[in-house]
Amino acid sequence: MELLVFVLAAAIVLTGAVGVIISANAVHSALCLVATLFGIAVLFVAEDAHFLAAVQVIVYAGAIVVLFLFVIMLLGVDRTEDLDTEPLGGQRPLAAAAGAGLLGLALVTLFITHRDFDTIALGTKSSVGKLSGPASDNVRKLGQALFTDYLFAFEITSVLLVIAVVAAVVLARRAATAPVDDDEARLEVSQ
Amino acid sequence: MALALELARPTPTWYLLLGALLFTIGAVGLMVRRNPLVMFMCIELMLNAVNLTFVTFAKALDDIGGQAIVFFVLVVAAAEVVVGLGIIVALMRRRPGATADDISTLKG
Repeated sequence: MELLVFVLAAAIVLTGAVGVIISANAVHSALCLVATLFGIAVLFVAEDAHFLAAVQVIVYAGAIVVLFLFVIMLLGVDRTEDLDTEPLGGQRPLAAAAGAGLLGLALVTLFITHRDFDTIALGTKSSVGKLSGPASDNVRKLGQALFTDYLFAFEITSVLLVIAVVAAVVLARRAATAPVDDDEARLEVSQ
Repeated sequence: MALALELARPTPTWYLLLGALLFTIGAVGLMVRRNPLVMFMCIELMLNAVNLTFVTFAKALDDIGGQAIVFFVLVVAAAEVVVGLGIIVALMRRRPGATADDISTLKG
């Protein structure tokens, strides 16, 4: 059963991720991203992270993807791109090589260490609290960790969010006199 | 080999493998795509891969700290998306249909 859940969720995650990078239309990419995020949420549940699974669906699949779609529609870039032409020669082979190198590095690390989990779990003391216990305790435990050991970090994140809101307002504000791009204006004059 | 023997139920290794694959797909997408919005989605993919890894380690090491970190990553990701999309909107207003190549003119 657990294996079935994992395999299905992993298939959804990987299919969605590949869909994000091969879709020619940005709207399709955003919808594939939703599939990936839901798959991740399922995996979170399978790993006893019930609160994070709920937050994942609400914040990521809800707010962030809707924000993406909103911007896509606002800017009117929901057109199909031409993915066949490659403006920069050799970019894709190089990217594939770099990706293979990255994956190889991760896999080597994984296979060197994957036998050590049991010994690590036995040898280290839990820093802020244990995860194991009844599933209904997940929210209480996470809240306790956030509001005791990580209280300072938690307060900093609230400052970060305020800064982000102010930054978004400043960036998206239209100036009183709509500025014209200097380069293009000069180009038009010279032609 | 070692993985095949543990087919009965998914071990942490399986989740870490999935996280590595997801991170790689996101990284390759970031290097290949030129639409700034799609590049941004690829960054989200990479962040999610890391979140999955954190949750896996929280479970494997029986430590709630891994999940607390994921909470903070979510907050930072939300802030990052807000600022990033603000920049993209400001950019696209000046130059409709700009790609990552056009943004290189910002370096002066």
